[in-house]
Amino acid sequence: MKLVFGEGSCGIAAGARKVRAAVEKLNTEGAVEIGITGCIGMCYLEPIVDVYDGGTLVKRLVKVQEKDAERIYKAVAAATSAALPELADLEISADDKEFLEKQTRIALRHCGLIDPEDIAAYEAVDGYKAIRKVLAMTPEQVIEEIKVSGLAGRGGAGFPTWFKWNAARNAKGEQKYLICNADEGDPGAFMDRAVIESDPHSLIEGMLIAAYAIGATKAFVYVRAEYPLAIVRLEKALAAAKKAGLLGENILGSGFSCDIRIKAGAGAFVCGEETALIESLEGNRGMPRLKPPFPAEKGYTQAPSNINNVETFANVAWIILNGGAAFAAMGTETSKGTKVFALTGKIKRGGLVEIPMGLTLRDVIFGIGGGIRDGGTFKAVQMGGPSGGCIPEHLLDTKIDYKALGATGAIMGSGGMVVMDSHTCMVNMARFFLDFTAKESCGKCVHCRIGTKRMHEILTRITEGKGKEGDVELLQDLCNGIKAGALCGLGQTAPNPVLTTIRYFRDEYDAHIREARCPAHECAALKKYSIDPAKCKGCTMCAKKCPVGAITGTVKQPHAIDQSKCIKCGQCVATCKFGAVAIG
Amino acid sequence: MCDCCEKSDLSKLTPVFEAFAGDDHALISILQKAQEIYGYLPVDVLYAIAEKTGNSPAKVMGVATFYTQFRLKPVGKNLILLCKGTACHVNGADSIEKALVEELGVGDGETTDDGIFSIKTVACLGCCSLSPVMMINEDTYGSLTPAKAKEIVRKIREASK
Repeated sequence: MKLVFGEGSCGIAAGARKVRAAVEKLNTEGAVEIGITGCIGMCYLEPIVDVYDGGTLVKRLVKVQEKDAERIYKAVAAATSAALPELADLEISADDKEFLEKQTRIALRHCGLIDPEDIAAYEAVDGYKAIRKVLAMTPEQVIEEIKVSGLAGRGGAGFPTWFKWNAARNAKGEQKYLICNADEGDPGAFMDRAVIESDPHSLIEGMLIAAYAIGATKAFVYVRAEYPLAIVRLEKALAAAKKAGLLGENILGSGFSCDIRIKAGAGAFVCGEETALIESLEGNRGMPRLKPPFPAEKGYTQAPSNINNVETFANVAWIILNGGAAFAAMGTETSKGTKVFALTGKIKRGGLVEIPMGLTLRDVIFGIGGGIRDGGTFKAVQMGGPSGGCIPEHLLDTKIDYKALGATGAIMGSGGMVVMDSHTCMVNMARFFLDFTAKESCGKCVHCRIGTKRMHEILTRITEGKGKEGDVELLQDLCNGIKAGALCGLGQTAPNPVLTTIRYFRDEYDAHIREARCPAHECAALKKYSIDPAKCKGCTMCAKKCPVGAITGTVKQPHAIDQSKCIKCGQCVATCKFGAVAIG
Repeated sequence: MCDCCEKSDLSKLTPVFEAFAGDDHALISILQKAQEIYGYLPVDVLYAIAEKTGNSPAKVMGVATFYTQFRLKPVGKNLILLCKGTACHVNGADSIEKALVEELGVGDGETTDDGIFSIKTVACLGCCSLSPVMMINEDTYGSLTPAKAKEIVRKIREASK
């Protein structure tokens, strides 16, 4: 029997390494084989431990804690059959199994199944077969196969991949570069991290195929510095690939050479924009360049360059092995294949979800994600991060498709899907995103640099109950100005969270501005605490806790809050054992 | 440079310059290595890097201040990275920040007087399913509540004494 520990970043954060260490301590005689794998994407169940018998997965244990280590070890070490009844309470439920069963995995096909630090494990699942096939094809044939597949850039823009490859192939220049954008900056998206941590060789293979197609001999992976584990695993994978003759000079004796280097980013959201990323690669401040010329003509060091995102590359080897037509058979008229989403927020089952395009948002959030957690009600889903928008309940049947999502005012983006319930204030949400974009604006364009700052100020005053009539119109005016006046995608899309929340949740803006009321009870300055005399037992606890002495009353008599003194810190709510403090 | 400027041991930079010799685009990598060595980027180190890489001090400073990873001041023994990404925001990152400020008496970008903790808010740590999340040194702590966050910090403070 073999125990395999899910050691992606989420699993490790949840304690997977501690559990493994505890088991290894007991396993002095080697009665149980121990291995690791990456992230299966069921983050809400981490740490996850899989029990294998031979090559077959017989049990998946979830939410395993250090204290369970001994019992797991004993059961597995002594097991004569795969039944393991003594571990039944840790076993994944049938409901949770559905989370995976309802998915179609291509980019994530090996994630959580193979050991990411072992090249042989990747080769055992048809790894590096696609590059062998490609080396016998012409670059034009490779590009044609990608064209047939309909693969589009998964980083957010959704531009046809084959078109970019073709442009870089046809561009004039001795030295061409291939760049992988792994600067996953969208807060709430982590699929690229999962792919690199869990299946780094599929990224390498996808990049080699692209490099061959465009004629690049030097390649970079630009990874966020916030992803240390991804960098370590990718370094190991690159070293193993090099040793196996799959990287470097004269790959597999074909005459094709390509080297891949890692460049760690230093933390700047704007570097997800391709020309800003190139500036950063060159060691400069990551400020976008004017386009055209596009990177395909003049990219890194003014040489022809092609940039794709991690998830895009992760699909490439599969497409070569299974044919472009098989990929194109999935999805809709305008969006082919599958897409990975990072499902987070107030969702019951959060994690990575890969589905064919064309399913609805409802299918993903309720069908796979299990709906809202803690019995809450769905309010909106935020898609596309700071560049995207909030989609309300009545549009939940929107198909996941570049065009259909675009029509709602949101975007597909890199696949972040943050679910919000009735306790999330949409004005505060817009303020949150503008805070982000204002800080991350590189400062090159006046509209973006100053406009986002002004919008953030207006949104802040609205959430503080100091909004004025006409603020919403002023925001809309600024949105249009920034959209028209910014050079890059960061600026052009920064107004989207504001525009979509105004479009779908105008009543919340009005309640803040006209009634100084936050319908979600989230904005601290607009909260009003009061004590229900019927529930208050006069225990005096709240009066003792109140830092400003705003609560008065005698023992065993209902207390009261002096609104003029209250600083809305919420201590009284946290202290009251009788639920007598109401928030209005 | 004036007398009040720091005096760092610049010889530690020699292997870094050797490793990146001939690479004209390595400024960010060099700054990252320098920060690993000194814990932050002292002014005299920035001047030394400018001279060695053939860049103007203004350019080096420009790059060092553009990216959030770089620090121009020393940090505490334990660096708390508090995630304020979207998922953490929805799940109450603000209340965690408030709790940390209450417990430590310092806020974003500041270091406690005893030098044990520094707090820095970050955009996303990528552990969204465990939100709200913070990372202290190499360890990630998830599913935080204000009480849990205070408890974790207290334990580390005890251990650091």
